[in-house]
Amino acid sequence: MGDPALSRRGFLAASAAAGLGMTALSGCGGDSDEGSSGITTVEWWNISTTQPTKDVWAALAKKFEAQNPKVKIKIVQLENDAYKSKMTALIASGKLPDIFHTWGGGVLRQQVDAGLVEDLTDRTKEWADGLLPVAKEPYLLDGRLYGIPFDSGMVGFWYNKALFERAGVSTPPTTWNGFLDTVEALKAKNITPIALAGKEKWPGMYYWAYLAMRVGGAEAVQKAAEDKDFTGPAFVRAGQLLKELAGLQPFQKGFLGAAYSDPNGQAAAVGNGKAAMELMGQWAPVVEADAGKGLGDDLGFFPFPAVEGGKGSLTEVFGGANGHALRRDAPQAAVDFLRFFASEATDRELVTKTGVLPVVTAAESALTDPNLTAVQKQLKAATGFQLYLDQAYAPAVGQEVNDSVAALVAGSKSPEQVAESITKTAKEEQ
Amino acid sequence: MTSTFLPDRRTGPGTAPPPPPAGAARARTRRRVTHWLTAVGFQLPALVLFLVLVVLPILFALYAAFFRWGGFGMPSDYVGTENFTRLFDDPVFLGDLWRCLLLVVLSLALQLPFALAMAVLLNQRMRGRAVYRMLFFAPYVLSEAITGVLFGMIFAPGDGLADRVLGGVGLDGLGGEWFADPSMVMATLFLVMTWKYFGFHMMLYLAGLQSIPRELTEAALIDGAGPWQRFRNVTLPLLAPTLRISVFLSVIGAIQLFDLVWVVTQGGPDHHSETMAVTMFQFGFKRYQVGYASAISVVMFGISLVFALAYQRFVLRRDLQGATTTMRGDGK
Repeated sequence: MGDPALSRRGFLAASAAAGLGMTALSGCGGDSDEGSSGITTVEWWNISTTQPTKDVWAALAKKFEAQNPKVKIKIVQLENDAYKSKMTALIASGKLPDIFHTWGGGVLRQQVDAGLVEDLTDRTKEWADGLLPVAKEPYLLDGRLYGIPFDSGMVGFWYNKALFERAGVSTPPTTWNGFLDTVEALKAKNITPIALAGKEKWPGMYYWAYLAMRVGGAEAVQKAAEDKDFTGPAFVRAGQLLKELAGLQPFQKGFLGAAYSDPNGQAAAVGNGKAAMELMGQWAPVVEADAGKGLGDDLGFFPFPAVEGGKGSLTEVFGGANGHALRRDAPQAAVDFLRFFASEATDRELVTKTGVLPVVTAAESALTDPNLTAVQKQLKAATGFQLYLDQAYAPAVGQEVNDSVAALVAGSKSPEQVAESITKTAKEEQ
Repeated sequence: MTSTFLPDRRTGPGTAPPPPPAGAARARTRRRVTHWLTAVGFQLPALVLFLVLVVLPILFALYAAFFRWGGFGMPSDYVGTENFTRLFDDPVFLGDLWRCLLLVVLSLALQLPFALAMAVLLNQRMRGRAVYRMLFFAPYVLSEAITGVLFGMIFAPGDGLADRVLGGVGLDGLGGEWFADPSMVMATLFLVMTWKYFGFHMMLYLAGLQSIPRELTEAALIDGAGPWQRFRNVTLPLLAPTLRISVFLSVIGAIQLFDLVWVVTQGGPDHHSETMAVTMFQFGFKRYQVGYASAISVVMFGISLVFALAYQRFVLRRDLQGATTTMRGDGK
């Protein structure tokens, strides 16, 4: 009694234990099944909690089971943030699910360094070579492949054409000053220019990262990560530009408390036509339609504008994809499932039904949506690539980026302080 | 658990045991040993669980707090007290301490008096008393997570119930950004906490009030004491044990506040509603800086421990003495 650390710890331990217990139990089930009928149970943890993806994936798992009668796929679905927390507990316990969602980058590297992730380079060689190179990039660590993408993508502005028209903006801006003018024009018509999920912090990071890329070029951003020094002019300037934007008060009312996919969140604000645009990844149209009404034909896409005098070009993309990794020593059935999931037939189905971008070249023809086609074109023409900062860097650094950029937007940190605190955390993490 | 602290005048400290017959000393010793063995036998499973799930984690957290440790493998990078010095340099953590104090003060100054007033009110004979009691207690039964989601929607800026209602009665000016406004988030949070917890404290007080013998109030009435005097000089002193335990629970609750904050704001906007437990979670489970997070938990543990011990030593002593002597009396 009287020990909060403990009860909290106890609670977390208990929930972790419950999770483990479930894994252990299902493991037992699988084992005993294997003993009698040779059935392997493969546990598949994913974050596809929104429709239509949820049902499509469940149907795909059934299809795989039908093709492989000796394999059972056990789907565990968790919401994005809950998944990350749960994975932390599992990582500490040293045992991951057979197949689990990954974004690649620094988090995956940490899991790999802890010896928990299967090296897929050799086990998937014969078919993984056919996947789009830009989609595989996040999962390549020191030349070894640790994940298979089911999606590729990038971040850009998703905007409401009707609202832009009402504000007299006929073509989306291609320069930062043009962008600021657009914001002003929208505000003048009493339209909320931008929706932002301030509570979750990562959507704000996109602005800072893209601005740094546009000011200093993708290479400068890569180099900063290698040198663990984010105090360069590109990052300070990015902070200043973002501060300038925030100074125009372009965000929806109460954005500091807004979540991303809530009914009152960022995606819903755009999806319901209450805000004119959002800076978001390729999944934006799906979530806009799930959390809000969706914009249909009124939805448009434009790449993050270039900054006047900056070294970065419009063709350098920031983003990342979603993929799956396997736990160390995962059964062959899990590898088979990844192969099934990255097959042309499955990819075509994912592209047409769940709005993801193709990872198999042959599935590109399934892409009909004009916006996603534009994204895909951008991706294929990309001259530089940067993974989401909170995934590319070690978790402590990634969180510090999100946190201090959020403080910048809220007005409590200066651009210099943001650069310094990220650098400090990066240096501490060695 | 709390009910054991409540003075229950009906059962009292039990009847005194009869004086032991002379010459039965040896039998008594044997009986005592058997008693003791039985006690140990019954307690062993619980003790083992307590050691493994409670004591060991505490000791391990204390150990890990002196390392830079990411949570993988065993801690090996010893950094001395660096985590603690960093902690007391961190404006967010210092803010956590300040917000904790703020919540304690607000709870003691507003929430508990409000609960007391409601308890006194609902202790009167009145129509529908049971219904009111149930209604006011209902929020406490709701889980913190549900409360959080619910009030997140109610206080959604612009579209939420709160703003709509205020707008509907022409008070749009009072509407605001609630949880999204750094200067209003703590006030809004406290409002929700009061809604959630005052019913619990009210129930405690009601139980306390019912155990005050009516004769005393009647005697005071006959002596010509007014309502305030009766409350001040009869009810309040007799309710004191209940008040003391309610204050204790309230303070401990404020120190370990997590779930509600996590669901509604995740500590935001810009750390303005962050509590120690939220900061610990951020560092331990988002940044994987488990050593640093352990240091936070150790400080939280220290604060609650010092408070709990001091409070029991100086404030609860009288109430607890009765309880312990009763138990000893039974053990004979």
